[in-house]
Amino acid sequence: MNILVIGLNHKTADVEVREKLAFDGQKLEEGLTMLSTLPGIEEAIILSTCNRVEIYSHVKEPETAFGTVRDFLSRFHGLDTAALERSLYLHKNQDAVRHVFRVASSLDSMVVGEPQILGQLKDAFEFALGKKTTGILLNRLMKKTISVAKRVRTETRIAENAVSISFAAFELARKIFTDLPEKSFMLLGAGEMAEIAAKHMINFGVKKVIVANRTYERGCDLAKELNGTAVKFEDFLHEAVHTDIIICSTGAPTYVLHKEEMQRVMKERKQKPVFIIDISVPRNIDPGINDLDNVYLYDVDDLQGVVETNILERKKEAEKAENIIAEEIESFQKWMLSLDSVPTVVALRSKAETIKKEELERLLNKFPSLGEKERKAIEHMASSITNKLIHPPTVALREDTEDKDILIATIKKLYGINGDDDKKQ
Amino acid sequence: MSVLLFELSLTLYFAATIVSVVELFKGTKTTSNFILVFAIGGFALHTATILARYAAAGHLPITSLHEASSFFAWCIVLIFFFLEYRYRVDLLGPFTMPVVFVLMLSSSILPREIKPLSPVLQSYWLGIHTFLAFLGDAAFATAFGVGIMYLIQEHHLKTKRLGGLFQRLPNLQILDEINYKLITLGFPLLTLAIITGALWAESAWGSYWRWDPKEVWSLITWFIYALVLHARLTAGWRGRKAAMLSIVGFISVIFTFFGVNLLLKGLHAFV
Repeated sequence: MNILVIGLNHKTADVEVREKLAFDGQKLEEGLTMLSTLPGIEEAIILSTCNRVEIYSHVKEPETAFGTVRDFLSRFHGLDTAALERSLYLHKNQDAVRHVFRVASSLDSMVVGEPQILGQLKDAFEFALGKKTTGILLNRLMKKTISVAKRVRTETRIAENAVSISFAAFELARKIFTDLPEKSFMLLGAGEMAEIAAKHMINFGVKKVIVANRTYERGCDLAKELNGTAVKFEDFLHEAVHTDIIICSTGAPTYVLHKEEMQRVMKERKQKPVFIIDISVPRNIDPGINDLDNVYLYDVDDLQGVVETNILERKKEAEKAENIIAEEIESFQKWMLSLDSVPTVVALRSKAETIKKEELERLLNKFPSLGEKERKAIEHMASSITNKLIHPPTVALREDTEDKDILIATIKKLYGINGDDDKKQ
Repeated sequence: MSVLLFELSLTLYFAATIVSVVELFKGTKTTSNFILVFAIGGFALHTATILARYAAAGHLPITSLHEASSFFAWCIVLIFFFLEYRYRVDLLGPFTMPVVFVLMLSSSILPREIKPLSPVLQSYWLGIHTFLAFLGDAAFATAFGVGIMYLIQEHHLKTKRLGGLFQRLPNLQILDEINYKLITLGFPLLTLAIITGALWAESAWGSYWRWDPKEVWSLITWFIYALVLHARLTAGWRGRKAAMLSIVGFISVIFTFFGVNLLLKGLHAFV
């Protein structure tokens, strides 16, 4: 009984390799069906995202299974085996469980803590469940994995803190304003960067958009696209009085907004807070503006700094997550071990039951004159002797010990259990 | 009986304060719930303490510094509950419960005996005047806590260092709004307290205003908060300036409350 993870991810393979190996659309169903009928593969799940392709399987012989799966991948996607092998990684049993837990908890992601991977994993599992390519072991593993990932999400702050510039800008805005959708915001300059940032803000609910661009027509086009209004560039200071968030990227070589001007604007708007994001390089807004009360000015470097701190923060949280995972691996391991001993327990019971039956039959045949009462008493005695004899080894098998496989082997030898059950192991 | 109730409620407020410290360093949903639970428990016992003392004395128990501190703390918890119910902002507990605990602790070390009330003070004004004054002071005390929260968060945003409490502190706008609301609640209460005090003084001592230190300091406090409101409405003194003024105001409140009694002597010497 072995769990095997074979796959590649953004760390081991370039995007060219990853996209060739992707199981998208129809390929997933075909691939999973083919994979699950291969010899030695008992159960299988395929996880295919833009950053990773992984196959989770329950196999009899891990050594041969690796070759089987590798050959399958190269055949299915028409890739050279040798090239493939360079990118592939293989994890067995405990390491495999750890890997799956880490993937689901987003510790193995390109952006640590990103939340999509858990959903993708759930989808992959459900798809395999629908195709009936999973069984007791992988079902249990997947359920455990989902609960581990949720535990990591709730007990650590791994998914908090923005790790992209535009998201960081939004997070800052949310710490300045309560009712973001009610706020108005202005684009200074209609460059591509400004447009991207604007779309993010609109996604997050900001509704009132004003575009001020040097080329008025271009400003009008963008305003139309963003469902906002365009104003003449010369008028932007006047508009700033009614604007709560300003995103600036004009491409001008000097400052377009000076401290004194902003001071007047603030006076006119009765010091209502303003959040200014200057994504232009060189900077278009006088950095001294940040010293004014109720004005929060962030340039590209500031935002980059925020993102870097957040990434560090996530790394710290990732350590906590690793500890949770270590704990959970142990509990999963216990369950797997108990699974190992189940066939032995069953064999032991059935062996005892057979002996009891045979011996009882022989005895009762010898003394046919025995009354109902006596027969019952003898049967009862036989049952209690066998039960009491097999009780200690059964308990020992259920217990969690280190050398469980040795114990299983010993008990089998002592009680002479062989045959079919053994092969299943 | 009331002694036991008092000690128990002090213990629960202490627990709330300890959890508050934990909340500051590694807060979770559980810690903030614990603060609320301890505060509710403490408040219930505290209310019982005040009622028991009310029954024993025959009037609102605020005629010694021990009673007054305890009643002050009680009013702050009342406002804390209101804010929790109305705004549900994070980290409010850690910035109010310690104030409550410190007041209760000072109350606990002050002499507790119930002294007979002097005949001039036996008036219905006692309850009205003091209740207004204390509720107003409690509003200023919470405004002080919220003001500190504002300054911390503003510091994070201005210096662009977003570690520490940044993620868990509420946004600036809501903090400023709560701060302003609390002052607009406290200010009329303080005004009414000064007016009722004057009326009472007239009926007890025969003159409305005697420039007694407590009166003077109440007036100073009143001017500070009048300035907070006036500057906000006319010059747009919101945000950092408003938060800092609310801290200055609260220092004046505390001095009016303790300092005048302990350092200066006057007609209000009983409280």
